[in-house]
Amino acid sequence: MIKILKYSFYDLMRSRWSYVYFLFYLLLGFVLLFLNNDLSKAVITLMNVIIVLVPLIGTIFGVMYFYNSKEFTELLLAQPIKRSSIFIGQYLGVAGSLSMSLVLGLGIPFVMYGLFESNAIWDFSLLLITGAFLTLIFTALSFNIALSNENKIKGFGYAVLMWLFLAVIYDGLFLMSLIVFEQYPLDSFSLAATMFNPIDLSRTLILLKLDISALLGYTGAVFKQFFGTYIGVVISFVMLGFWTLLPILRLSFKAKRKDF
Amino acid sequence: MRTLLLLFCALLFLGNSLKANTITVCASCEVNSIKEGVRIAADFDTLLIKKGTYKEFNIRIDKPLTLLGENNPVIDGQEKGEIITIVSDNVTLDGLVIVNVGTSYTADYAAVRVVKSADFLIQNLVLEKLFFGIYLEKSNNGKIYRNKIKGDAVDEYNSGNGIQLWYSKNIVVEQNTVQQVRDGIYLEFSDNISIINNISSKNLRYGLHFMFSNDDLYEGNTFENNGAGVAVMFSKKIKMRNNTFKKNWGTASFGLLLKEINDADISGNTFEENTIGINIEGSNRINYNNNNFIKNGWAIKVRGACYTNTFMHNNFMYNSFDIAYNSNLNDNIFKENYWSNYTGYDLDKNGFGDIPYRPVKLFSYIVNRTPETIILLRSLFMDIIDFSEKVSPVFTPDDLVDSHPLMKPVVRENKIVKK
Amino acid sequence: MIQVDNLHKKFGKNQVLSALDLKIEGGGIFAILGPNGSGKTTLIKSILGMVVPNKGSISVLDKPIKSGWKYRQEINYLPQIANFPGNLKVKELIAMIKDLRQKPSEENKLITLFGLEPFMDKKLSTLSGGTKQKVNLVLTFMFNSPLIILDEPTNGLDPATHIKLKNLIKEEKAKGKTLLITSHIMQFVEDVADEIVFLLEGKIYFKGSIEALKTKTEQTNFEHAIAAISSN
Repeated sequence: MIKILKYSFYDLMRSRWSYVYFLFYLLLGFVLLFLNNDLSKAVITLMNVIIVLVPLIGTIFGVMYFYNSKEFTELLLAQPIKRSSIFIGQYLGVAGSLSMSLVLGLGIPFVMYGLFESNAIWDFSLLLITGAFLTLIFTALSFNIALSNENKIKGFGYAVLMWLFLAVIYDGLFLMSLIVFEQYPLDSFSLAATMFNPIDLSRTLILLKLDISALLGYTGAVFKQFFGTYIGVVISFVMLGFWTLLPILRLSFKAKRKDF
Repeated sequence: MRTLLLLFCALLFLGNSLKANTITVCASCEVNSIKEGVRIAADFDTLLIKKGTYKEFNIRIDKPLTLLGENNPVIDGQEKGEIITIVSDNVTLDGLVIVNVGTSYTADYAAVRVVKSADFLIQNLVLEKLFFGIYLEKSNNGKIYRNKIKGDAVDEYNSGNGIQLWYSKNIVVEQNTVQQVRDGIYLEFSDNISIINNISSKNLRYGLHFMFSNDDLYEGNTFENNGAGVAVMFSKKIKMRNNTFKKNWGTASFGLLLKEINDADISGNTFEENTIGINIEGSNRINYNNNNFIKNGWAIKVRGACYTNTFMHNNFMYNSFDIAYNSNLNDNIFKENYWSNYTGYDLDKNGFGDIPYRPVKLFSYIVNRTPETIILLRSLFMDIIDFSEKVSPVFTPDDLVDSHPLMKPVVRENKIVKK
Repeated sequence: MIQVDNLHKKFGKNQVLSALDLKIEGGGIFAILGPNGSGKTTLIKSILGMVVPNKGSISVLDKPIKSGWKYRQEINYLPQIANFPGNLKVKELIAMIKDLRQKPSEENKLITLFGLEPFMDKKLSTLSGGTKQKVNLVLTFMFNSPLIILDEPTNGLDPATHIKLKNLIKEEKAKGKTLLITSHIMQFVEDVADEIVFLLEGKIYFKGSIEALKTKTEQTNFEHAIAAISSN
């Protein structure tokens, strides 16, 4: 598996798209810092970018890579290698190179602007960790979609739809259900609903750290307990871990049973 | 200041003419209790209280006296009741440490109570383990200066206030530190009060609390980490200047609450990291000028009918929500403020943005209605609907705009409050 | 060497293999033939473990292959379509496969044989179909394994390479190896194959030597014999 990871990673590191992605973040980091020169504010702006863009890019890249490396996969399948190793290796290669582009692309400008002397370092680290998690999650989800759909166009469509659903539509439905049932106690429901969407989960996790926790605690005891203590951070990270692990497990399970 | 001077002159004059004596109180002295000292003293005498612990309570000062502590003598009330009660004009308390005030559910025991007296000076006291701290009752023309009040209140129902003014007029409360009581400073039916350069923090309820009090001033105070910063209720013509309201974080907490307040002036204040910067209910004709609103959840939350208020030259920076309204009617003016969320441009370079700024977002309207929706803060969906509301307002007041938003924050000269 | 018992495979509603039994002893060249869609590739892929059967069992080198993967160490496989990751250079691809299999290999001899030296530093995406197929052949023959499976090995090859391939196959056979080959070029099959395995509608319809086939169909020409058996 390590070998497959190595070759996938190596293969991607030489693809144009990895550079485009890396340069995009590099540019974004510099432009943000150039425009306001305030690390903490740049971190907030960056959050908006990360929770929308990182999942989208993870999704599209994942699907694209999966379909494009079909031949590579078939070549590997005839080699004495365990099947799940092939897919997990490829997956880790893609997710790893994407995460690296993200971390380096954003890290370099921020470090150059004096991140280490700033107290925004924890917020920033959390941002990057969450970004890396989102990359892992959405690449895994897109690999699952691609594995279950032979048809490229269909697979691509489903993947983008999934992103659209989790990034926008889910929140819309969520909001509507909150408004419709506003006379009932809703805090537990809304916390649960947040847990079931990795984008919402990452967003609240970052908000927790960005000192808006008390603002979120505004609504009642359950929120207050969740957001006011470390419980919230711990549960959020555990859930992010689940979100990463479950698609990988499904991927490995499905891969074992698929015909090529 | 003037009051103090007058008092001082009066004391000097009286002292000279009546040959006031100094009575020394200490454990091994002829007079070894404060009560005894007060009993034998003549008008305008000074009780010099030496270092030591005096286990006394219900000390009643019924003649013009000066109680001067030397090296911080401690009066320990052993939690048996009130400790010092002043019922005479021209009393001065200076340099005493008063601890262990009794707690009661029926009587408001205080460390120092002033009843129907005038021209008093209470300074350099340290009050600890108290119920009520300094309690003024129908007393006028006094000064409360440089006292340190440190309570250990846990629950609102069995704790008292640090400094309480009830039906009192012309009082100066200056440079006191009040911590961990119910309300740091509480005013009820008290007019012409000046509250200057105090620090009120970690109090259970409010740092400063006005009820039915008019023509008061508070300036240069810091309110930090209180249940809520300052509550001004049912009062008129209050001047609030150059105060700092900080870190009043927490569920439904706020920096400043205005309830039924008319004709106030709020300027030069800084509201930083409060859940709500200013919570306004039914308050009219108020000027908000040159204030800073930084990193609050809501900078300003307007509930109920508020008319002809003016917001000018304020800085709104990095607040989650700048303004929240619960109706779509607006009669208030927002002009020439700086909004960090403003994304417009200034082509004619006159320092004002060329397109108006709408400080009320649809999301803040929704959160007002269904508080749980706050969990969707900063989500893409919310940005999208906020944008559509910005383009064509339906739910938010469409005339609530700052037509001249500043491109750069208002820079204020460093505020140093002079006494 | 290979033992297939009661093999069933369905793709959707399409029953590709049904109750297929096949036994191949060691040594020799076996041509797997059959009309389009008769299940040739499916059979090969089942043996390689790329297709998971619905029913039945397969043993390679006397061991059941079910959910195993180490047995593929003993198989060299030439896939039908020579597609490779485009970003890699030819020599990197060869190095990678060597790295993955961790087995002694003799790629240099084969590179010289197919004249691939000028292409070693080229990216795979820039190669022509024929050159890719040559690379494919190098990858297949560079390891010394007892079982070699070739799926349409002649695809896109020029006549000179075609002859080199035939010689290569015969060399391998001389070493006592077992080769499974599918091909549409009957001339090629007739030249190299010792035995024919003919698939029809997911079953072995005929298994035996070319002579036996000719006798059975009463044809003198191999190609005609195949045509005859398919139409029966």
